Amino acid sequence: MRPHTISVLVENRPGVLSRVAGLFTRRGFNIESLAVGTCEEPGMSRITAVVIADDDIIEQVKKQLNKLINVIKVSDITYTDHVAREIALVKVAAEAGQTRAEVMQLADNFRARIIDVGTRSVVLEVTGDTGKIDALVSLLQQYGIKELVRTGKIAMTRGSKTVSSKK
Amino acid sequence: MKTGAKILVESLVHEGVDTIFGYPGGTVLPIYDELYDSSLRHILVRHEQAAVHAADGYARASGRVGVCLATSGPGACNLVTGIANAYMDSVPIVAITGQVPTTLLGNDAFQESDITGITLPITKHSYLVNNVAELGNVVHEAFYIAGTGRMGPVLIDIPKDVQTDVVTEPVAVPEKVSIRGYQPTVRGHPRQIEKAASMIAEAQRPVIYAGGGVIASGSDAELMRLAETLMIPVTTTLMGLGAIPSHHPLNLGMLGMHGTQSANYAITECDLLIAIGARFDDRVTGKLESFAPNAQVIHIDIDPAEIGKNKAVDLPIVGDVGHVLKEINKKLTEQKVQGPWNGRLSEWKRQSAESEVFDTSLLTPQYIVRTLSDILKGAGIIVTEVGQNQMWAAQYFSFTRPRQWITSGGLGTMGYGFPAAIGASIACPDETVIDIAGDGSFQMNIQELATVVQYDIPVKVMILNNQYLGMVRQWQELFYEKRYSYTEMPSVDFVGIAKAYGVPGICVTDPADVSDAIQESLSHDGPFVLDFRIEREENVMPMVPAGAAINEMILGDKR
Ligand SMILES: Cc1ncc(C[n+]2csc(CCOP(=O)(O)OP(=O)(O)O)c2C)c(N)n1
Ligand SMILES: [Mg+2]
Repeated sequence: MRPHTISVLVENRPGVLSRVAGLFTRRGFNIESLAVGTCEEPGMSRITAVVIADDDIIEQVKKQLNKLINVIKVSDITYTDHVAREIALVKVAAEAGQTRAEVMQLADNFRARIIDVGTRSVVLEVTGDTGKIDALVSLLQQYGIKELVRTGKIAMTRGSKTVSSKK
Repeated sequence: MKTGAKILVESLVHEGVDTIFGYPGGTVLPIYDELYDSSLRHILVRHEQAAVHAADGYARASGRVGVCLATSGPGACNLVTGIANAYMDSVPIVAITGQVPTTLLGNDAFQESDITGITLPITKHSYLVNNVAELGNVVHEAFYIAGTGRMGPVLIDIPKDVQTDVVTEPVAVPEKVSIRGYQPTVRGHPRQIEKAASMIAEAQRPVIYAGGGVIASGSDAELMRLAETLMIPVTTTLMGLGAIPSHHPLNLGMLGMHGTQSANYAITECDLLIAIGARFDDRVTGKLESFAPNAQVIHIDIDPAEIGKNKAVDLPIVGDVGHVLKEINKKLTEQKVQGPWNGRLSEWKRQSAESEVFDTSLLTPQYIVRTLSDILKGAGIIVTEVGQNQMWAAQYFSFTRPRQWITSGGLGTMGYGFPAAIGASIACPDETVIDIAGDGSFQMNIQELATVVQYDIPVKVMILNNQYLGMVRQWQELFYEKRYSYTEMPSVDFVGIAKAYGVPGICVTDPADVSDAIQESLSHDGPFVLDFRIEREENVMPMVPAGAAINEMILGDKR
């Protein structure tokens, strides 16, 4: 069992997300992360899902995903060289003064940006792979994280190869 | 200017539909109003579940897409079991449901249920039509999707306002459907086909394992050619019965949990397993590790998702079974398989035949089915309910052709048989259609007696009445120390019930009367009910206990 990153190109139709998700949930799998958005082709969306499962089960789910009428292309890019990013917004308790200075220093080290400053808290925006975000989040824990929002992972293979509809 | 309802009905006619099975209600009133003066025949069932099963039976008997229609909410929900049933057995049906008006969607409106949501995992595809301009195309696509590739149910949910909305400009519906995400592979890969031909030629102990895909694709003739050219024995699944005649010398019978000794032993000892349009279901394979343990496996199927799902495959060929077999056959040259294998097989076949002996002094289900089979002499369409009745029918009827056998395989739906028999009879009015029933199952859709009377549908119901939920009782006997927990059902006067609906019937208690009773039901011009009071604790044998290897069969006590 390991996390698999699956990229699914779908027609942007009602219900398509439920159909895709349903093929994981019927097996009792949890979807660790899910990102959906429009893509280079009009009328299409790309779903990036991270699911923890055995390789052969993923192979089976991939085939079943391919059977969905609104699914154009499915790729498990786990073993393909790829770049992956996630964005997190973290609202950290940080009164002006020593704490805030420390938080800002941390943010700087992680190349996170401060995008909102309140009297008692700041909001950090950090981009990176899942590991980097996990690391920052765990360091921020000591100050008190009031709210955390993560986009879920998006990913793309390196080089000129694409996960597109052209077979 | 056409309303959605009119477009729907015209589209159905355009798809070649002659009959639909349905039940009206508030959100389909515009459609029913349109049906009032349409050429489409509508059969009013007495429960929506019967409508979908009838559409399914119609499809299996004819090979055409079956259609059912129900209102929103309770009507649509009553279709669910039948849709799941069609999905499991890959039966092409289009289910049409009314829905609350688009303006009320999501409001918990009266009789609203999210039927596309509910059926998401049990449909091949579904549509919630929210614009009347799309309706014509949706219907055309739905029929295409249901009836091509690995077939299956498609649902079209139509809100009431879409049924009454009008299109001012006619919308063109291109005859050729092109759906980007749906392009079933029909032709098998030539290199794989080449390899298959040589693996088959080299095998010493090959066996063909044929499933419902052979029936669905109409490729029984190609199957027979393959088997006969190289003298390869054939076993079929429950869904594949009829792909090869029961009496054919190469036919080993059905395999799996209630399969024959010959089939299960042959699978265990073969060195090449040729799986054709079959899906290695757990009721077929038993303990997977012991299923064809010494064999190389060729798997031919239209659905890539079936390849390697349960059993590792040495040579997959994705494509239409008929097409692939035809190509393989072109490459085969006559070459008889070695004697010893066929010698072994005939020995096993002899053993299997021996275990089929039954006591004719008692009213046994085996004797009843055999008698029916002898009387029909290979004709007729046999539909079944679920349970022991289904297995006895599968084991003791002699099939001669595909589409002669209609049964709920994957879902095992009690109550399927009678309405499916109605559908089959409508599809094939010249055939004798028999529902081999259990007393439990028949009571799940017994209300359809009213339907067969109203439309004079000459289905013959033969109840193998053991006053038990027999198959469950059998498991309780064998695996729960005969603790018959809630499986006994006191006797019901089925003949009296039938009579009340206006259907004649006979209750049979003596084996000497079986033949005459069947003859009488067949010569009666109309529906008929036969209530056979069979030996109550008769078991279906052989039996492979769940999870055991398929050669570890309980053979049962020989009478
Ligand atoms: C709708 C449904 N409910 C429950 C079952 C479980 N089940 C399988 S066989 C069976 C008994 C069927 O009894 P009957 O129709 O009398 O057939 P018999 O086995 O006695 O021939 C039951 C309850 C089922 N298959 N379908
Ligand atoms: Mg019974």
